[in-house]
Amino acid sequence: MDKFSYINATSLEQVTSLLSESGWGEVMLIAGGTDLLGELKEYVETPKTLINLKTLPGMDGITADASGLKIGALATIDDIARHPTIQHHYTVLAQAAASVATPQIRNVGTLGGNLCQRPRCWYYRDETINCLKKGGDVCYAVDGLSKYHAILGGDPVYIVHPSDLAPALIALGASLKIVGPEGEKTLSLEEFFTLPATNPFRENVLEPNEIVVEVTVPQAKPNTKSFYLKAREKGAPDFALASVAGVFEMDGKTCKTASIVLGGVAPAPWRSKEAEAALTGMMINESVSQKAGADAVQDAQPLNDNAYKVTLTQNLISRAAMMAAS
Amino acid sequence: MASWGEASESRLIGKRINRLSGKDKVTGKAKYTFDINRPGMLYGRILRSEVAHATVMGVDTSEAEALPGVKAVIPLIEIGNKLRYQGQEIAAVAAETDDIAKDAIRLIHVDLEELPHVVTEADAMAEGAPQIREDWAGNQSEPNIREDGDLEAGFAEAAVEVEATYSTAVQTHVCLETHGHVVEWEDEQNLTVWASTQGVFGVRNDFAQHFELPANQVRVITEHMGGGFGSKFGPGIEGRAAAELSRITGKAVKLMLTRKSEHLVAGNRPSMTQNVRAGATRDGRLIAYDMKGHGTGGISSGAGFQAPYVYHVPNLRTERVNVAVNAGNQRAMRAPGHPQASFAMDSLMDELAEKLGMNPLEFRRINDANEVRQAQYTLGAQEIGWHRRNSVPGSGTGVKKRGIGVGSGLWGGGGGRGTEARVTINADGTVEAVTGTQDIGTGVRTVIAIIVAEELGLNTTDIMVKVGDSGPGLPSGGSGGSQTTPSVAPVIKTAAAAAKQKLFERIAPMLEAPIDDLRVGTGTIYVVSDRTKTITWEQATGQLGMESISEGGHWDEELRQNGAAGTQFAEVEVDTETGAVRAIKIVAVQDCGLAINRLTTESQINGGVIMGLGQALLEERFMDPYTGRMLNANLEDYKVPGTLEIPEIKSIVFDTHRRVTGVGEPPCIPTPGAIANAVYNAIGVRIRELPITPDRVLTALAEKKA
Ligand SMILES: Cc1cc2nc3c(=O)[nH]c(=O)nc-3n(C[C@@H](O)[C@@H](O)[C@H](O)COP(=O)(O)OP(=O)(O)OC[C@H]3O[C@@H](n4cnc5c(N)ncnc54)[C@H](O)[C@@H]3O)c2cc1C
Ligand code: SF4
Repeated sequence: MDKFSYINATSLEQVTSLLSESGWGEVMLIAGGTDLLGELKEYVETPKTLINLKTLPGMDGITADASGLKIGALATIDDIARHPTIQHHYTVLAQAAASVATPQIRNVGTLGGNLCQRPRCWYYRDETINCLKKGGDVCYAVDGLSKYHAILGGDPVYIVHPSDLAPALIALGASLKIVGPEGEKTLSLEEFFTLPATNPFRENVLEPNEIVVEVTVPQAKPNTKSFYLKAREKGAPDFALASVAGVFEMDGKTCKTASIVLGGVAPAPWRSKEAEAALTGMMINESVSQKAGADAVQDAQPLNDNAYKVTLTQNLISRAAMMAAS
Repeated sequence: MASWGEASESRLIGKRINRLSGKDKVTGKAKYTFDINRPGMLYGRILRSEVAHATVMGVDTSEAEALPGVKAVIPLIEIGNKLRYQGQEIAAVAAETDDIAKDAIRLIHVDLEELPHVVTEADAMAEGAPQIREDWAGNQSEPNIREDGDLEAGFAEAAVEVEATYSTAVQTHVCLETHGHVVEWEDEQNLTVWASTQGVFGVRNDFAQHFELPANQVRVITEHMGGGFGSKFGPGIEGRAAAELSRITGKAVKLMLTRKSEHLVAGNRPSMTQNVRAGATRDGRLIAYDMKGHGTGGISSGAGFQAPYVYHVPNLRTERVNVAVNAGNQRAMRAPGHPQASFAMDSLMDELAEKLGMNPLEFRRINDANEVRQAQYTLGAQEIGWHRRNSVPGSGTGVKKRGIGVGSGLWGGGGGRGTEARVTINADGTVEAVTGTQDIGTGVRTVIAIIVAEELGLNTTDIMVKVGDSGPGLPSGGSGGSQTTPSVAPVIKTAAAAAKQKLFERIAPMLEAPIDDLRVGTGTIYVVSDRTKTITWEQATGQLGMESISEGGHWDEELRQNGAAGTQFAEVEVDTETGAVRAIKIVAVQDCGLAINRLTTESQINGGVIMGLGQALLEERFMDPYTGRMLNANLEDYKVPGTLEIPEIKSIVFDTHRRVTGVGEPPCIPTPGAIANAVYNAIGVRIRELPITPDRVLTALAEKKA
């Protein structure tokens, strides 16, 4: 990696003002560093300055009360995976967190870093390949090797969003607090992520001078069941080939509301309105759950090597629905 | 006639004995080449080609040389020469720190004229593909053709036929310790090298030749080694570069490969594709076999595999070519050619058996002339519960389906001449065993201690074993071909016996007994005809005074045997919704003759099974046709088995005789075939391509449904 200077953060004001000195890539934030260090070592990013966020006080807490959950951006993945309230009432999130990487990475990787992590696309991570996402002319995945790429929402950049926490949090209706030079703002986590058609270079709406500080999750409704199903080639560490975060408000076998968000199949966490519609108000059985899966992928546009993801995603959705009904 | 004696007479040989270096390894005390640091040592790095095919028009190292801390920059390719794969060496740098060296190679400017590349076999074999090897038209070697019997007559006799294509991906070695050396010149004539190698003496000779030095002025040390699997026999370009940098700077240089380079240039197992048509008679005899196949070992040749494998077919024609692609060269990898061959053949066997309506194990029994394996079939079938398999493949209910399969293998492992060893008994009772072999993780250090301790009536911890050092000038061969123990053990045994004999000669007068009457007990020596005459080991060696005993040994053919048959049975569970294949249990029945250390023999079998499982389910090199680059030259997308993938492994040491046979390689051979057959038995859809990853399973299931 190239040389950089390292500044310990002391306040959000200091951080945003340092960030405001340049655009993307000059001054960068580091939390656990589990994603960023890989980029630095491969020279995918060559910042001049790193701001260490871990010295910011009070940003790593998790509180759970009647209003819901509040998780600081510096909370570790492991803290989230082990939190008793999250395990009981926001199961999908605990399961998603437990599925991330390895114990070592979960111990240092943070929530903020997880949401803001960059793509794993093997062309992107190769310093010498200047693909569309990095300002080049083509997305190499289109004609190249696309086994791990997007089947939904791809055009013109076919990365998949690598985060496991994001689909779970979006399915739970989470919001995100962001602080910039002008102060703080809150938006739904779903709106935070963007598709490449909007901006091929970034995966979310964060501005170069902003920082993610907190995620809030509304109180779970009674009779809610939730699951995170993650298909991968290897037990650990491995990113999702496809994953489903499902949150189901159930009345017996009938699904009152369903929230289905997919990971590993699109450049952003992918809410499947089609699957939700197929399940809402329905008595869940084999054919209903299968229809939900099929509806979710009806617009899928696989590349050369990833048609299997269509079947996989479909199957994971019906599996999650069947689990909700059992 | 020399012999290892009866099992009942053995105190240590054949028992489960902890590795002598185990504690050092788990506590981190063991020093690998990577851990060696010398005073004033510099760090070496290599600039490698990022493109797959190009002519070097110029290399400008001036900026790198000017970087403070850089001590030397040397070219590794001549201007005008071609780079023929990503990762090929261009120049090397030595600097005061590894970071400076890393920065420095980025300051070397290379002027390239890019040439068209082909990095996949399909592209290389395509009509009009650019020719990347002058000597191979169409990027293919001359076909290797073999004919036997009468193929047409064979097919005429066949009651059933199968026609299928089987293929396996390129697999890389993934040595946990990457290749590399620490090199230090004492003066212009004396060189010391710490090498991560499987062949201390081979590396010594290579360095000596390269620098035109007498061999005994080069000392190569490999105290501990982090995996080689066939890829670490010579110093390689990186070793010679390190030595050159060290010579120029007068300082020690450490140069270890990066993980990426390890994937790109440090060897790989070639791919294999077989287009087979084969037939069997109604009564279950293989009768005809017609195979056209190819594989790639990168830009080099060496993509061989046996076909047919293990089972005998009287009428056959096989035709095999090597395909050149712009990728790093293959190197021997744990049982070169065999796992691929076994996967294809054992898949074919099952397909034929099914057409015959025959139990696949029965079909194998009919066609397998190897008596050892015949016995192994029975034992393995019992251990896995062969009767539990689906008699109709894929007939299990539910989403997750289980299946059972079998695969076979054969290896040599008989060892050979060329090892010299010395066993020394000192007056203070200490015992040293020295030889120039190397312990590459297989546990030969402990094996040597066991043999000497058994012979002298001592404990393994009483024996000081010195291996992995060419300094004492006692050569031994490289650790390859599963030859180490069968090559070394006989020499150690005879050396220890000779030393014992010498000791008996020296103390016989004191015990007033004929030499032939003396025996070793446990830490004692006694007279067999008069047990009252028993003295301790120390009392005996105390007689030696200033004159230690030091004896050599010789390789005795009677103490080893060639030929290691193996059979494995796998039980898997396939999630038919996600395509995930999980190995549940693997029973590995491995012929190995006398297992000097049963514990490390089992470890070898376990390790082989795990490596075979990686090839079966996970490992695949991905080459991008457009950029010519390996896209997964890391351990994130090149997936090796981790603890979560490892099933219950029942390693059965099938020791049918008491001669030593090497067992390092054979246990990885039958695993892929057994797993592939188990997958078929589970889901009723055959996957003829390794690795069997979820995409392939789901695609195959979808095709069946359609
Ligand atoms: C081997 C391996 C396996 C992995 N497997 C998984 C997996 O299975 N699932 C998964 O989801 N992830 C996986 N990851 C990614 C892992 O890095 C993240 O899960 C982790 O949470 C990142 O957090 P971090 O604190 O280390 O981020 P960092 O590396 O510190 O930061 C990541 C990015 O986010 C930015 N950033 C960090 N904090 C903030 C903030 N508060 N506001 C704005 N920007 C911020 C940084 O500038 C950087 O660009 C894996 C990583 C590795 C190396
Ligand atoms: S998917 Fe995105 S990151 Fe990958 S090659 Fe295409 S544009 Fe680049």
